[in-house]
Amino acid sequence: MHSVGSKRDFAPWTDPNLRPLLRIEVLTKRFGGTAVVERLSLDIYEGEFFALLGPSGCGKTTLLRLIAGFERPNAGRILLDGVDLARVPPHRRPVNMMFQNYALFPHLTVEANVAFGLKQEGLPRHEIAQRVADMLALVKLERFAGRKPHQLSGGQRQRVALARSLVKRPRVLLLDEPMAALDKKLRGETQFELMELQRELGLTFVIVTHDQSEAMIVADRIGVMDRGRLMQVAPPEVIYERPNSRWVADFVGDVNLFEGRLGADCQSVEGTAAGRVRGVAKVDAEPGKLVWAAVRPENVGIAREPPLPGLDNCVAGTVIDIGYLGDTSVYHVRVRDGALVKVAIANAARGAGRAVTFDDPVWLNWSPEAAILLTQ
Amino acid sequence: MSMQQPDKRSFWQSLVVRIPYAWLLAFFLVPFLIVLKISLSQTAIAQPPYLPVLDLAAGWPAVKAFFAALSFDNYTLIGSDRLYLLSYVKSVEIAAFSTLILVVIGYPIAYAMARMPGRWQAVLVLLVVLPFWTSLLIRIYAWMNILQHDGLLNQALIALAIVKEPQVWLATDTAIYIGVVYSYLPFMVLPLYATLEKLDESLREAAADLGCPRWRIFWLVTLPLSSSGLLAGVLLCFIPIVGEFVIPDLLGGSQSPMIGQTIWMEFFGNKDWPAASAVAVVLVCLLVTPIVIYQSQAMRALQRE
Repeated sequence: MHSVGSKRDFAPWTDPNLRPLLRIEVLTKRFGGTAVVERLSLDIYEGEFFALLGPSGCGKTTLLRLIAGFERPNAGRILLDGVDLARVPPHRRPVNMMFQNYALFPHLTVEANVAFGLKQEGLPRHEIAQRVADMLALVKLERFAGRKPHQLSGGQRQRVALARSLVKRPRVLLLDEPMAALDKKLRGETQFELMELQRELGLTFVIVTHDQSEAMIVADRIGVMDRGRLMQVAPPEVIYERPNSRWVADFVGDVNLFEGRLGADCQSVEGTAAGRVRGVAKVDAEPGKLVWAAVRPENVGIAREPPLPGLDNCVAGTVIDIGYLGDTSVYHVRVRDGALVKVAIANAARGAGRAVTFDDPVWLNWSPEAAILLTQ
Repeated sequence: MSMQQPDKRSFWQSLVVRIPYAWLLAFFLVPFLIVLKISLSQTAIAQPPYLPVLDLAAGWPAVKAFFAALSFDNYTLIGSDRLYLLSYVKSVEIAAFSTLILVVIGYPIAYAMARMPGRWQAVLVLLVVLPFWTSLLIRIYAWMNILQHDGLLNQALIALAIVKEPQVWLATDTAIYIGVVYSYLPFMVLPLYATLEKLDESLREAAADLGCPRWRIFWLVTLPLSSSGLLAGVLLCFIPIVGEFVIPDLLGGSQSPMIGQTIWMEFFGNKDWPAASAVAVVLVCLLVTPIVIYQSQAMRALQRE
């Protein structure tokens, strides 16, 4: 279990002396009586690609709209370059937003849509024309400059929306579920394009998404949100490999949770469905406290032979379901006390022997490094 | 059977499409042709009060004589008498100004309605159409009451010390404007509301996000995107106001009649059906021409896209 490491050598959040570009301080937004964003604090750094990830209704879009200025917070502050945005109306904020439904002006051509924001700045005509042409070339839409939005495909409309919000060179670009309306294949391509575009332009992007793989692909850091709060803010590999709670572990990817009591060594869980589960990192809690060991399905090994006796992190069970996903197969294994354990095996690594099949008695095991101990 | 199925459906489909055409043919084109024919006739003391009358029973020579007797005399008359010209000008003037007033009053009403919470919108739409539950004639009589010498308007103005003496309202153009704007307001508000209500709020937010202050959002986004509703409202108001008869007859003065009153006078006062028909035909041409021009341009713009 070794971390794959950051996607690039970029980690401004580790430098305590660096001032963040966007600072959100104990922000609260209520609709009616319910808090949609609750005492939320977050720093986002210049040049960062930040993803707000969470289930629908978790307040991530509201947070984006608060930054854009379409909603006013009930409490807390938003600072951009150290300036409080409270009294800055949306049209004066140096941030731009790409809307989920794109919000392209239907009565204007692609070119006029992209030029719209620049015209509001009162730039000279030739400069507007130049920047619009450059931007359309960047998103490969030169040939469609004269078309109206309704004459474009969904993917083209998405690129117009992106071009329109990028052409003003915002300090922060806010993207609200920018790929939700695209089909799966196109979404996959666009995610990489978006990431390259952000690196190329060196701008700061904040993307809202409910799609964890999208967040993992594009973002330098992910903020996982639930019910108006940030549950964990960390780079994708940390979110996935070292989640800080059962909720995050479960929301980001698949996980097996073994509930038990913290062992005396503070790095194992006693009395789980899989017996004693041993981890490697010490947990900062009293022994005997209720804790959980989280094990990702792909880190569980499956064997038809019993292991050597006395081994930790090992449990016997019966295969009750097999799901074939092409690249991997997922096995549902019923263990001793009736709990279900999910095991994911890459099909390329299944080996030459007789494959594990339904009703087979099997033994599961995993290394201590794969077991993450969680106290909440 | 399976071969007949699509045919059957297309028969019913084409029937559904043809019903409005049949309606227009029976209740617009045929009456218009009759009026057109009368306008080419001469007035006569007879029943009906014009000549010639087509008598198909008398055979081909009668038909030839009928067509020979038709003439454009009535149109020359309209051209030569200033009364008709003034009447047209007055009608168009009143229609144009009251349509302008209707836009100025109706747009904010429709805009406010469209931005209300959903459950309020239904109530407001109901309130806008509520006056239709009372006959127009009764509502105009009510206005006569309000506008007369000792009516509510003068009482209110005197009570508020805005005027000292009762003012003359009835039998003035002001009274016509009041009556017309009051009666036609729903026709302006409803089509505008229908387009504004559909306007995507995120478009306005996008415009603000791209640096547009509120008033410019209105000019660059809201107004262009509600232009179809605005045009519908303008046409729905302007065209009937030009031909309006009841309101100017009851609230207006007798100095210069609107075209509807002129037609009424020719028909019932002078018993000159041919002249009245000619005035009506010219009015129809006057109103239809701009619409046809607009339509053909809109079609061309559509084809260009």
